[in-house]
Amino acid sequence: MNLAETDSGRLLAALRSVLAAKGIAAPDEIAERIALTDAATPARGAAMVAKAWVDPAFRALMLADGARAAESLGIPMRGMPPLGVLENTRELHHLVVCTLCSCYPRAVLGYPPFWFKSTSFRARAVRDPRGVLAEFGFVLPETVKLRVVDSTADYRWMVLPMRPEGTEGWSEERLASLVREGDMIGVTVPQVGV
Amino acid sequence: MIAPGTRVRVRDDWPETRGPCHIRTPHYLRGTAGVVTRHLGDFPNPEDLAFARPALRLPLYHVRFEQSALWPDSGRNEDILVEIFEPWLETEP
Amino acid sequence: MTDLADKDVPRAMHDMGGVSRYMCEAIDTEPHELTDFDREVDAIRQILGMKAVMSVDELRRGIEALPEAEYLRLSYYERWLRSITATLLQKGTIDETELKAAVGSAP
Repeated sequence: MNLAETDSGRLLAALRSVLAAKGIAAPDEIAERIALTDAATPARGAAMVAKAWVDPAFRALMLADGARAAESLGIPMRGMPPLGVLENTRELHHLVVCTLCSCYPRAVLGYPPFWFKSTSFRARAVRDPRGVLAEFGFVLPETVKLRVVDSTADYRWMVLPMRPEGTEGWSEERLASLVREGDMIGVTVPQVGV
Repeated sequence: MIAPGTRVRVRDDWPETRGPCHIRTPHYLRGTAGVVTRHLGDFPNPEDLAFARPALRLPLYHVRFEQSALWPDSGRNEDILVEIFEPWLETEP
Repeated sequence: MTDLADKDVPRAMHDMGGVSRYMCEAIDTEPHELTDFDREVDAIRQILGMKAVMSVDELRRGIEALPEAEYLRLSYYERWLRSITATLLQKGTIDETELKAAVGSAP
């Protein structure tokens, strides 16, 4: 059969039906899996970042073993790929990409955003990273080294951004509200009053 | 096992020319020199997993490359970190 | 960005890092909501992986095997669906007759 010519909606319905008939994936299993996947959002990663900003021991754990750090906050990591955490400093900024497909730290950030999966991001991030950052309105000073991390294998990578100025005394919850999805991939940095 | 700090070169090999394959070493790195920064662990070879073949566990490294080694129009003060499996790395004599 | 020719190497089509022809493409930074179709395909892929029926590596290989025109024309999850279906057919996990019949009777 010519898969290329089959309408996608019909093909999905057909696959769903065949998988159910063969006992491989029942509709309620699919629904449950959708619900579990939807429950993973960037708020999980943001909570980890905020805690790392206030708790040096947690920061150390996060950098040494991202999955264990996530689990300690109740984020389910069983069966998930290893989680690598990239620490930004005043001298070093990280940008995560998967040039070959779209590997993304889904367990802590949820589904990858459309732009992360796009041809333009995948092609340009490794060769014109400062240009990519500019597309997101972020200019990285030339004095800061930009390290691009191309996710090609088993690890999934997230960025631990620097805590912004003007947040002294803030609660973890308030700090977490500053941290956006893009900050944990490296296309932007957390800012107060954005 | 390759120690952190070791200078390596990514093999300038193109399995793509020899039939169906699944390669996780990006084209832009082939033949380029870099430095191993870390052994990330041992993982089953994706080149075999992709064809549901038995897959050996292989050492996986983080390797750092200078942008200037990769692109003629590279920015300054930039580098790239990529996960590469051991068989793809040659240690320079 | 100067228009520089890429090195003349047998690059696979999905292996996109630094490829010159994409270097001038703007990035669509807008959020695009996933559809029910997207979510269902994603969930099916996860279940197949968890049950060791089909790995994420097989998914990727199946996507990479799509003809370039199809790869560029299809949406992200449409590529997944085609890869999953082709791979399961190739492995004999599902067979063409039952799939054709199901397509025929799909709403």
